[in-house]
Amino acid sequence: MNFETIIGLEVHVELKTNSKIFSPSPNHFGAKPNENVNPIDLAYPGVLPQLNEEAINFAMKAAMALNCEIATHQRFDRKNYFYPDNPKAYQITQDAQPIGSNGWIDIEVDGKTKRIGITRIHMEEDAGKLIHSDDGYSLVDYNRAGTPLVEIVSEPDIRSPEEAYAYLEKLRNIIQFTGVSDVKMEEGSLRCDANISLRPIGQEKFGTKAELKNLNSFSFVQKGLEFEEKRQREVLLAGGEILQETRRYDEQTRETVLMRIKEGADDYRYFPEPDLMPLYIDEAWKERIRAEIPELPDARKKRYIEEYKLPAYDAMVLTSTKEMSDFFEATIEAEADIKQASNWLMGEVSAYMNKEQKDLSELALTPAGLAKMINLINDGTLSSKMAKKVFAELVENGGDPEKIIKEKGLVQISDEGQLTDIITKILDANEQSIEDFKNGKDRALGFLVGQVMKETKGQANPPMVNKILLAEMKKR
Amino acid sequence: MAKVTKDQVKKIADVARLDINEEETEVLVQQLSDMLSYADVLKDLDTEGVEPLYQVHEHTNVLRKDEPRQWITQDEALKNATIKKDGQFQVPSILE
Repeated sequence: MNFETIIGLEVHVELKTNSKIFSPSPNHFGAKPNENVNPIDLAYPGVLPQLNEEAINFAMKAAMALNCEIATHQRFDRKNYFYPDNPKAYQITQDAQPIGSNGWIDIEVDGKTKRIGITRIHMEEDAGKLIHSDDGYSLVDYNRAGTPLVEIVSEPDIRSPEEAYAYLEKLRNIIQFTGVSDVKMEEGSLRCDANISLRPIGQEKFGTKAELKNLNSFSFVQKGLEFEEKRQREVLLAGGEILQETRRYDEQTRETVLMRIKEGADDYRYFPEPDLMPLYIDEAWKERIRAEIPELPDARKKRYIEEYKLPAYDAMVLTSTKEMSDFFEATIEAEADIKQASNWLMGEVSAYMNKEQKDLSELALTPAGLAKMINLINDGTLSSKMAKKVFAELVENGGDPEKIIKEKGLVQISDEGQLTDIITKILDANEQSIEDFKNGKDRALGFLVGQVMKETKGQANPPMVNKILLAEMKKR
Repeated sequence: MAKVTKDQVKKIADVARLDINEEETEVLVQQLSDMLSYADVLKDLDTEGVEPLYQVHEHTNVLRKDEPRQWITQDEALKNATIKKDGQFQVPSILE
């Protein structure tokens, strides 16, 4: 029997507002435990939530970028549960009236574009962080409690683990461009739970699904789903039954492990949050936010291919983050050659970022600096070898490429007389190489070029060195 | 007739983490049923075409500016904790 895989993803994204969603506590990653908390976060008696306006703006921006309809009337609800990560014993969320619904994004797998629906996107507060230890206690840090979140629920439109990966990449890419979140899975600002079920091909009704948790990277999402796909197929083929389970992905064994079996729907006893007034989002507010959304990756990609005549691959890499894309455009704006700017960003700049584990914004390099350096290569001032030295300085300390060239004495020697003098001396000292070359040993030429480069500390203009060397040898 | 069953009362107690005995269950069945009967009077009203009301206030969009404020220190946050360790609250081990 053949099965079809049905996957739906629930993605939580932390919004990078300055303060929390319902209290003025600072909202940032990396503080000391329980430093960014206050009586509202800790649910002291009598406190009231105060809704952060910017959290709504950010959530709306994300919802719009994901092509959602924005609800004009919204309210918050309480989701009741007991767990020490939440001192109130309920989470304030949007159950009945989410901020966005009926959205979609286009993903690309094997060169084919596919539209994945987004059921809904709603605002809620994050919970605190628990660290389990084996001394019989768990440790609780409430810094994260109250961080604004959006939960993005996809339609069950995803048909393979590979599509799930592509969906996550695209979602991260779009949200990153809106600037409302860092969307870093390793810092927990993007988290994903996956629902997966199988059904015999041709069957309308969905099979029973399992929910996967503890998926700490996009690649673990894909691997977890691949394992689960195989497991469910084997159970079904053996005549077994899939139970509604929550399963955890184990990174060591690369398997999914049963956490608990769900019996019926969890009873969260949702009810309207009485401490918050409803929201009324009028058209003017919506339009104001819509106007703040920058050009998104797909539109930029298209423009790079059509207007800049860049290969699709370049367009994809350059639009992988908004910083990269903005940097690229600013470099062109500073009159750098388009393809060369692309090559430097995809090559040396990306390599440096990977090596140093730094974001583009953390580099000393500026678009103007890069553009100027590219132009100095094109007018013959810099050889590509010298450019690497200038680049190393630019990326570490910034500055003006022309100044760096002067300070490092890097100007390319293109003076024919000067080069001829140097070459004559080298030829005099290497009679054997001239002989070898005349006997058909091409390697001898390379050796002589190397000698000239060594003598000039790499500053000789390579094409000219070649030309003069050949001409001088002919004379002998 | 009772409006709530014993099973319902037990379930409500369970999700609310309340430990109630058989005797208390009986009492609560009666009390909760009485409360619901009392509210039954509302059923006599014609609410055709009336939108549900979630708030008795007329306000919308009561919002706060996104300005962070350091309010209490870590020490103050942990002041009322029965047990604490490394700047964190300690709770009985919770492992799923």
